[in-house]
Amino acid sequence: MTQKKRGFLMALWDFFCSLKLSIFTLIMLAVTSIIGTVLQQNQTKEQYLHVFSPKTYAILDKMQMFDMYHSTWFIGLLMLFCVNLICCSIKRLPRVWKIVTKPTLVPSQAVLDAFPNTVERTVRGSLSEIRPRMEVFVKDNFAATRSTETDDGVYLYAEKNKYARFGVYVTHMSILIIFTGAIIGNVFGYKAYVNIPEGGSIDKVWLRSGEPVDLGFKVTCEAFSVSYYPDSQRPKEYKSILTVEEDGVVVVDKRPIIVNDPMTHNGITFYQSNFGPAGSEIMTVKAKLRGEDKAQVYTLRRGEKAQLPDGTSITAADFTTSYRNFGPAARLNVRKQGEDEISVIVFKNFPEFDQQRKGTYLFSLEDFTQRYYTGLQATKDPGVWVVWLGCTLMVIGSLIAFFVSHQRMWVVLREKDGKVQVRLVGTAHRNQPAYELYFDKLKEAFNKHLA
Amino acid sequence: MTSGSYFNIVTISYFASMVLFIAFLATKSFGVARLATWVAILGFILQTVGIGLRWYETYQIPGGAGYAPMSNLYESVVFFSWTILLIYLLIEWKYKQKAVGAFVLPFAFLAMSWAQLSLDSSIAPLVPALQSNWLTYHVITCFLGYAAFAVACGVSIMYLIKVGREEDVGRGKAGGVLSLFPSAKILDDLNYKAIMIGFPLLSIGIITGAAWANYAWGTYWSWDPKETWSLIVWFIYAAFLHARITRGWAGRRAAILSIIGFAATIFCYLGVNLLLSGLHSYGS
Repeated sequence: MTQKKRGFLMALWDFFCSLKLSIFTLIMLAVTSIIGTVLQQNQTKEQYLHVFSPKTYAILDKMQMFDMYHSTWFIGLLMLFCVNLICCSIKRLPRVWKIVTKPTLVPSQAVLDAFPNTVERTVRGSLSEIRPRMEVFVKDNFAATRSTETDDGVYLYAEKNKYARFGVYVTHMSILIIFTGAIIGNVFGYKAYVNIPEGGSIDKVWLRSGEPVDLGFKVTCEAFSVSYYPDSQRPKEYKSILTVEEDGVVVVDKRPIIVNDPMTHNGITFYQSNFGPAGSEIMTVKAKLRGEDKAQVYTLRRGEKAQLPDGTSITAADFTTSYRNFGPAARLNVRKQGEDEISVIVFKNFPEFDQQRKGTYLFSLEDFTQRYYTGLQATKDPGVWVVWLGCTLMVIGSLIAFFVSHQRMWVVLREKDGKVQVRLVGTAHRNQPAYELYFDKLKEAFNKHLA
Repeated sequence: MTSGSYFNIVTISYFASMVLFIAFLATKSFGVARLATWVAILGFILQTVGIGLRWYETYQIPGGAGYAPMSNLYESVVFFSWTILLIYLLIEWKYKQKAVGAFVLPFAFLAMSWAQLSLDSSIAPLVPALQSNWLTYHVITCFLGYAAFAVACGVSIMYLIKVGREEDVGRGKAGGVLSLFPSAKILDDLNYKAIMIGFPLLSIGIITGAAWANYAWGTYWSWDPKETWSLIVWFIYAAFLHARITRGWAGRRAAILSIIGFAATIFCYLGVNLLLSGLHSYGS
């Protein structure tokens, strides 16, 4: 390799390791992410053409703006972010590893002089007398010491929280782990939907693309219900009761699932997603002859017809669970023999309502049953645990990186003419101001100890 | 007394405290500053009682199953001002820089007066999607993070004023009101400290949100505008943290990034709900 080429490669390497690139990528990610929050994503072409001219649409489409978070350029930016993370870790980690595993027990004079927190004192006595005193002092005030004897004197070394140095790298790695989890989920997982009517069963779910996925087991919706808060239209709970069968054997029996409480079976999680009416409602209509106590009760599906004893026919024409705040209501088409058909509205909550019509028969809606279907989302994501692992590491890593500091201390003892020169040097790898305060107090203790 | 009347007194307290902190800058009287802090503490205690009372009130409405009062815009704004005070009082207690109060209390006062004057304070039971303990964890961590960013923003504004004036006056120390400001170095450090508190909280807030989304909807991330904006905020403060250790980026640029970060935070909190569409519609 030529000198020039090596120089270029080194420059490229430095570029991928640099903090400037990190700052640039972070800011670029922040700025470009805004686009997708302003421009609605993943709409249909028609919806976009409603807003944009065909020319603008073509340009934006070409730039993958309509699905920008999955666009080549956005993924590229995320990859640049990852490459930057990996490179800077590769560059810095070996040095940090050395600091943690092979501490400098005997630093050079120049290294010691570079640390701002230092105190020195010369005391009468011999090395063999002062050394244990200083070992005790450092142990009591900081941490246990390791001693090294050199021609130059004795060096004591002590340290605390050395693993704090890894906090930053754990945080960086956690981001890569989260991305890995997301990729696993995208490749090996899926997100699908299925509607099951009450009483019905399914053994497949459908992807957004319309493609079916075999579950390998059978899911039955035993029942679905919606409940509301008293005197309001505010929903309180959507609940499906599910039963799972494998090869004809019930493995999950009548498990209720609600929003915020999904069911997982064989790695596939079912979420309560939506619901709707399945088939026609069954109405129980009471018909009473005016002035008599006896009444007939008819159970009718929507559209079904019944014959009253006098030949009058009623048809359950329509039904709603809520008619203008009056609650459940049904519309009956009533045809008396030889007369025109009339419409009668009956309410479940107001059985006397039909009184005012003054007809031969008094109709009321006794009850109704509405069959629903439940809409479930079925998700398989084998990567989700990797994502949570990454998230946990990120929190732990960043807390360590921010709040724990690796502190080191050296004591250099030199014997000279019946006196010992004692030099104490301390350093912390972060939060210098707080460490300075700590060291000022330590200085006082040091002077008192040697006085 | 209802929680609403407590919150009215709280609003007045924060207003009084804010005025006192500003008076402190003008009078340079530390007695005034101490009074300002005590009024703020009083307001904070009353607000704590008020939030507790509102929590109790959620059990009293018909059919009310009770919920932590952080579920609609009104409750979240009240809670936001509570977290601002919490973080501010902790920082004041630890770093003893009273002038900062004049730049942080206004955020708390604005939030409270907006909530009390124009937001709907009615208590409504939770819709199914919000019935989850994740709601509480998610909201508490997010808002503690936001509050730390609010303090950082106040400190950054002070930094820019201080540095700007020092440059105007030449290299000497700025006099007048600014003499009560902490030194530029301390302000820069406080800015960093506040963001250091806020960033992990925001991260936890995003993670608890993702965990909840996964639990309720089966997707931990769907690029919903609220999610995306929280990530934008995260990117900005991550850039800030890296900028601070880069030569030429500490000081003024870091302060500007911190202010941009808080603007993005506010947009994430309010702008997304008021201007964009998505999952976080505060149940309305």
